[in-house]
Amino acid sequence: MPALPDGDPAPDDGALPPSVADGADQRAFGVYLHVPFCRVRCGYCDFNTYTAAELGGGASQGSYARTAVREVTLAARVLDEAGLPQRPVATVFVGGGTPTVLQAADLAAMLAAVREAWGLAPDAEVTTEANPDSVTPASLAALAAAGFTRVSFGMQSAVPHVLATLDRTHDPARIPDVVRWAREAGLRTSLDLIYGAPGESLADWRASVEAALATGVEHVSAYALVVEPGTKMGAQVRRGELSAPDEDDQAAKYELADELFAAAGLHWYEVSNWARRPADACRHNLAYWRGDDWWGVGPGAHSHVGGVRWWNVKHPRAYADRLEAGLSPATGREVLSAQTRTLERVLLEVRLASGLPTSVLSPDGRHAVAGLVADGLLEPRPALDRAHPRVVLTRRGRLLADAVVRTLVA
Amino acid sequence: MGRRRAAAWDHEGTPSLVRGALRPVSPIPSAAASTRIRPAATPQELLRNFCIIAHIDHGKSTLADRMLQLTGVVDDRAMRAQYLDRMDIERERGITIKSQAVRMPWEVAGTPYALNMIDTPGHVDFTYEVSRSLAACEGAVLLVDAAQGIEAQTLANLYLALENDLAIIPVLNKIDLPAAQPDKYAEELAHLIGVEPEECLRVSGKTGAGVAELLDRIVAQVPAPHGEPAAAARAVIFDAVYDTYRGVVTYVRVVDGHLDPRERIVMMSTRATHELLEIGVISPELTPTSGLAAGEVGYLITGVKDVRHSKVGDTVTNAGKPATRALAGYRDPKPMVFSGLYPIDGSDYPNLRDALDKLKLNDAALNYEPETSVALGFGFRVGFLGLLHLEIVRERLEREFGLDLISTAPNVEYDVTMEDRTEVRVTNPSEFPSGKIKEVREPVVRATILAPSEFVGTVMELCQGRRGDLQGMDYLSADRVELRYRLPLAEIVFDFFDALKSRTKGYASLDYEAAGEQAADLVKVDLLLQGETVDAFSAIVHKDKAYAYGVAITAKLKELIPRQQFEVPVQAAIGARVIARETIRAVRKDVLAKCYGGDITRKRKLLEKQKEGKKRMKTIGRVEVPQEAFIAALSSDASSSAAADKDKTKK
Repeated sequence: MPALPDGDPAPDDGALPPSVADGADQRAFGVYLHVPFCRVRCGYCDFNTYTAAELGGGASQGSYARTAVREVTLAARVLDEAGLPQRPVATVFVGGGTPTVLQAADLAAMLAAVREAWGLAPDAEVTTEANPDSVTPASLAALAAAGFTRVSFGMQSAVPHVLATLDRTHDPARIPDVVRWAREAGLRTSLDLIYGAPGESLADWRASVEAALATGVEHVSAYALVVEPGTKMGAQVRRGELSAPDEDDQAAKYELADELFAAAGLHWYEVSNWARRPADACRHNLAYWRGDDWWGVGPGAHSHVGGVRWWNVKHPRAYADRLEAGLSPATGREVLSAQTRTLERVLLEVRLASGLPTSVLSPDGRHAVAGLVADGLLEPRPALDRAHPRVVLTRRGRLLADAVVRTLVA
Repeated sequence: MGRRRAAAWDHEGTPSLVRGALRPVSPIPSAAASTRIRPAATPQELLRNFCIIAHIDHGKSTLADRMLQLTGVVDDRAMRAQYLDRMDIERERGITIKSQAVRMPWEVAGTPYALNMIDTPGHVDFTYEVSRSLAACEGAVLLVDAAQGIEAQTLANLYLALENDLAIIPVLNKIDLPAAQPDKYAEELAHLIGVEPEECLRVSGKTGAGVAELLDRIVAQVPAPHGEPAAAARAVIFDAVYDTYRGVVTYVRVVDGHLDPRERIVMMSTRATHELLEIGVISPELTPTSGLAAGEVGYLITGVKDVRHSKVGDTVTNAGKPATRALAGYRDPKPMVFSGLYPIDGSDYPNLRDALDKLKLNDAALNYEPETSVALGFGFRVGFLGLLHLEIVRERLEREFGLDLISTAPNVEYDVTMEDRTEVRVTNPSEFPSGKIKEVREPVVRATILAPSEFVGTVMELCQGRRGDLQGMDYLSADRVELRYRLPLAEIVFDFFDALKSRTKGYASLDYEAAGEQAADLVKVDLLLQGETVDAFSAIVHKDKAYAYGVAITAKLKELIPRQQFEVPVQAAIGARVIARETIRAVRKDVLAKCYGGDITRKRKLLEKQKEGKKRMKTIGRVEVPQEAFIAALSSDASSSAAADKDKTKK
C-alpha cells in the first residue's frame, strides 16, 4: 500500500467532531473490513497485506478477527458519541489481502459483530473478495449461510502467461466453476480483471474478457495495471526485466473491453465497473463515489463520515497493540472544508454513468462543459438536459477522466 | 634595509619570520620617507602604475594579496583571501569582473615609491575595460601559470599591452606546484616578448616566494609617468562602481595636471559637470586625500547615482580650467550578445524590472528593453558584452534579487536591408522582417585560438564548420600553435567554446574581438506548435544549417511537450515553407483506473497539486505547455553556452 496521506493527527479516543452528524440521515452507512493477509504476494500488489501467518499477538491470522471486532465495538461507541443516528448497515465489504485466507468462521464472526453493533439493513449487500483457488462449493455455501450476499473473484486474466507475470497461482479453468458454485450458493458474483500487464497482447486481453463473459457473470471490474514503485514488479520494470505498461495499449484494451461488455449486455456504471442491471452494481463501492459514510476496519483502512476522512495505522501489529491498549487505531485524519468536499464530489461523481449535476460546478467549470462536449469527452444529451443538466463521460472521456476533472475544476 | 627582507623571502619561499631570530626589517618606507610619497604631492618619478595580465586561475588575485601583505597595506589578520575581488560571485568563480586599484608603498635602495596596482578584468567580455585599465598604466606584469603556459586571452591582453607601449615584466607563477615546468614556459614567454628566458621571474603567490623581488623589478623596469603637472587636468576613467551609501565611485588615472577636492569637474564625452565631493586613493579602503596629481591613481565621488555618468575611457577635466582635447581611446560600451530574460513566475516581472534598474547603476554595459513573448510572457531583451557578462548578470539577478529566470538562447544583432532600401536592426530573432530582403549583415570577430599542435586539425575542422575563415597560424613553441580565424559572432555565442574544449581535451583557449560585420545568407527559422509560432524559439541561422536546426528543435520539443488530448504538429519553417515536422500524438488515457475509499484523499491532493501546476502552464493556441518544457528546451542550448563560459572562467 502506498504511504498513508499527510493529515492532522487523529485523537487517541477516535472522537469525531459533532459536524459529522449533519445530514447523516441522508447518507447510507457502510462498513469495510480489511483482511491484511495473503498466501502469496503478487508482484504488482501494493496493498497492505502480509504473507506471514504469525505477526504476533492480536495481529496473527488466528487472532485477527478478534482484534477487528474490537475496532467494530470502538466504532459503534465513537459514532454514537458523535451524535450520529442509529443507522443499520447498508453494505459490508470484506477486502484484502485475501479474505478467504481466514477461516469462514472468522469472517462470520466479524460480520456478526457488525450486525450486533448496528444491525444490517434487510436488503444489505455483504460482499467478500475471494481467490478463485481458495474457495470450494462448501466454503461458498458457508459464507452465504453466514449472511454474505455477494462474492468478487480475482480472476485478473484467463491467459496463463499473463497470470504468471502477475504472480497469480490459480488455474484459469476454475473460473467457470467458481462462478457456478457461487451462484448455486445464492451469491451475487463479480469478476475482477486486469489489463495491460507486460507481455499481454490485445488478443490475450480479448480472450480474458470473453472468458469472463462466458461465465454469464453479472458484474465485472476491469483495471489497467499500474506498476507502483516499491513493488516487486516496480523493481522488475526499473531493472528492465519487464516492460512498463503502455498507456496507448491500455486505452485500446479499455475500448475493446467496453465494446465486448456492452455487446454482452454489461453496461458501465463507473469508469472501471460494468453491471448487467442497475441492481447488479456494487452498492458498497457506489457509496465511495457518492460521498456516503463508511467505517474502514483494519490496519491501513480508510474511513469517511460526514466530511471527516481518517486512516488507521498501517502495520497489523501496531494496529492490534493500539486496540488492545483501548486506543483508536486511527493515525491521521482530515476534516474537509466545504470547498474540498465540492472538489471531491466533482472528482468522484464524474466517474459515474449517472454523472455529476452541473450545479455542483463553479461558473468557470460550467462554462467549460460546452468545450468538453465539443471535444467528444462529454455526452451532449445529459449536458443539455434542461431540468437536470449533468456531466456524463463518453468512452473517450472516461479514458481521459482525470483531464476532464482538471478542466472542470480549473 | 629592505633588501634583507626581500632576500629572506627570496629563495625557498618560506617567510623568514619562521627562521629568523631577528624581526625582519620591512621595505615599507619609514614614516619620514613616506612624506615624500604623500598623495597629491608625490613627484612622478616616485610613482609606478602597473597592472597584472593573467588568465583566470593563473593566480593573479593570490599574488595581489601577497603584495598587499608585503607592502603593509593589509595586515595579515585583516587579510581576506583575494582581497581585491569584492563581489561574492567573483570570489566563487575565482575571477575578477570589476577592476580596482590599490596604492602600495615600497622602498628600494632607500627611496620610497608609491606603486599603483590596477587590477584588470580577466575575461574576453571585458576587453574594452582591460584596454582602459592598460591605458592607466606604464607597465604590466605578465603572469603565467608555470604549469599551464600562456592562454589565448592572456596573449590577447599582452598584445593590447604591447600596443599601449607598456613595459612587460614576464613572471611565472605557482612555481611551488609539482607540475610546474618553469623552464619550458619561460622559453615560451621569452619567445613571445623577445627577452631571454632568464629574465622571467619565478614566483609563488601562495608561498610568497619571489614576490618582493617582483616589487623591486616593478620599480626598476616600469617607467615613471611623465604627464604635464602644470597642464589642464586630464584623467582617464578606468572603472566606476556603484555604492549604495556613497553613490558612484569613479576610478581614475590622472594623466596631466591635478584634481582637487570641492572643485567642479567635467566629463568630456557628455560635457556633464559635477562637484567633486571626495577625492582620494585606495589603500586598500577608500582614503580621502587633498587631491590627485599627475601620474597618480585614485577615486572620485560626485554624488552621482548611476555609473552611466562615469563612462569607462572618458576623460575627466577641471571645469574651471578645462582641457581642450580628451584623451584618446574612449568608446561607448556596445552590447554584442542579446538574450530575453523572463521571470518564471509572471508576477515577478516588476521585481525583475526593479532589479535590472539597480544592476544598471553598477554596470554601464547593461542594456535592456521590455519585450513580450507568447511562450514566456513579459520580460526584457537584454544586451550583454558577451556570454560571461550574460551569465553574471543572470546569476546576480537570481541570487541577489531572489528571482527565478529563464533566458532565451543568446543571439547577436543583425542589420537587415530590405529591397526597398529600408534598414532594420534585429536584436530579437522573432522580429526578423518578413518582407523582401536584399541583404543581412552579421557581426564577425577575430578569434585567436591557442592549442597543442596535435589538435590543429580538429580545431580547423570545428572552425570551418562554424563558417570560419583562417587568417593565419603560428607556432608559439614546438608543440603549441596560435590559430587566427575570422568567425561570425553568432557561431561562437552558441556552443563553440564547449565544442572547442571537448575536441582538444580541454587544452585549447580562445579569445576574440569584434571585427566589423559581413553579409551572409541568413534566414529566420520559426517553430510552430499546432500552427502557432512560438516566438522564443525563432532563430536566425545560416541557410545551409537551417534544416539541421529545424530537425533538432522540433525533435527536442516533441520530447519535452507532454501529449495533449489532440494531436499536435511541431514544425520548423522558413517563412511559409515547412522544413521539419514532428507530431506529438494525442494522449489516449489519463485516468486512474482504481478509485476506492483509500484512494480518495491521495487523488484529491494530486488534483490540487495539478491545479497549482496549471498556473505554470503556457497556452499556445490550444496547446498547454508546462513552462518547464520551454525552460528545458531553451536551457539545453543556453546551458551549453553557459557551461562553456563557466568552463572558460575555470580553465
